[in-house]
Amino acid sequence: MNINMTLIGQSITFAIFVWFCMKFVWPPIVNALEARKKQIADGLAAADRGKHELELAARRASETLHDAKLKASDIIAQAEKRAAQIVDEAKNAAKDEGDRMITAARAEIEQESHRAREALRAEVATLVVAGAGKVLRREVDAKAHADLLEAIKAEL
Amino acid sequence: MSAEAHTSTEYIKHHLQNLTYGQLPAGYERADGEVLQASTWTLAHSVQEAKDMGFWAINLDTMGFSIMLGALFLFLFGRAARAAASETSAGVPGGWRNFVEWVVEFIDSSVRGSFTARNPLVAPLALTIFIWVFLMNLMDLVPIDWIPGLAGLLGLPYFKIVPTTDPNATFGMSLVVFALVLYYSVKMKGVGGFVGELTLQPFGKWGMPANLLLEGVNLIAKPVSLALRLFGNMYAGEMIFILIAIMFSGGAVLALTGGVLQWAWAVFHILIITLQAFIFMTLTIVYLDMAHQEHH
Repeated sequence: MNINMTLIGQSITFAIFVWFCMKFVWPPIVNALEARKKQIADGLAAADRGKHELELAARRASETLHDAKLKASDIIAQAEKRAAQIVDEAKNAAKDEGDRMITAARAEIEQESHRAREALRAEVATLVVAGAGKVLRREVDAKAHADLLEAIKAEL
Repeated sequence: MSAEAHTSTEYIKHHLQNLTYGQLPAGYERADGEVLQASTWTLAHSVQEAKDMGFWAINLDTMGFSIMLGALFLFLFGRAARAAASETSAGVPGGWRNFVEWVVEFIDSSVRGSFTARNPLVAPLALTIFIWVFLMNLMDLVPIDWIPGLAGLLGLPYFKIVPTTDPNATFGMSLVVFALVLYYSVKMKGVGGFVGELTLQPFGKWGMPANLLLEGVNLIAKPVSLALRLFGNMYAGEMIFILIAIMFSGGAVLALTGGVLQWAWAVFHILIITLQAFIFMTLTIVYLDMAHQEHH
């Protein structure tokens, strides 16, 4: 209960403890708390930003999807048009080709019949001359009647 | 009956005496009748001896326990601080660090609440006061005969383990706080401002003596009340523990009652020791805040 040197000793001890606490204990803890507070705030801000970006991305995605749908239907329409065109063109081409082939066939037939007729004509003339020769073996001289025979051949 | 009363008094006195180390003058008659040939540095063996050692003596138990508890506080909190300092960004604090951080935040918010100026000293000061005083007060809950009994086995005549029941400890702290109050008063307001604060109000410059008296009392009352409040509370609490402990030697019924009472008082005391530590801290913050503030 006596006041003695302990008073001074306690004062010095107390001052040293406070100094130590101020130097080595308080700052690291408070700094760590500040750092964590900041980290948490940053994290929350980042989460908010992320949410916002997600919203934006979703909007962008739906826009892109919408565009893609429009483009797809455009492409389909174009393709349909083009297909119809191609079918038309093919039809026309086929028709033309058919016509051409028919014409060619007709021409060929014409030619063939003409040739056959020529051949027949020549044959008939020969036959007629041969027949007439046989009939008129003597009376008819092929050379003398050549002009007549020519006239007959022309008539055929 | 008188013998028992005597032992009770002895018991109480014994528990209220610090382990004092100091110098006794030559020719001094000691408690056991021995007369010293030369002046000697020694432990006091009686209350009278401790008193006769005068100012140049030291209470080993107060110093020892307060330094031990302060070191414990700084060690435990320092460990958390080191962990905090070496923390990587993703560090998850464990149990003890959580507790330390909780205490630090509590102190920090207390300081922010009552201290308006900026001073990096105040918060660590408040933390040291709160935890140190709390730990020293906490020693009050150790049953009062344990440590003195152990010390007695070691041959030490006295041993008080609650440093805050020694006015040296509480005044030691409050004087440091007082020195800080004076230092910051002068630093913030200048010598003129501080002297003016003491002399020019509340009655203006014509009431200077009255002002000085009033403000002087006001100023001196700060450290005195700070120290005496803590000391008084802890001393009274200790005294009640001692009185309860006396009941243990009064037969089975009294001993049982004493046990219940001691438990009840200890539970109540938990509140008191925390509260006293908190009050010491808060008043320190408030006094320092007043020292930082200009008066209008």
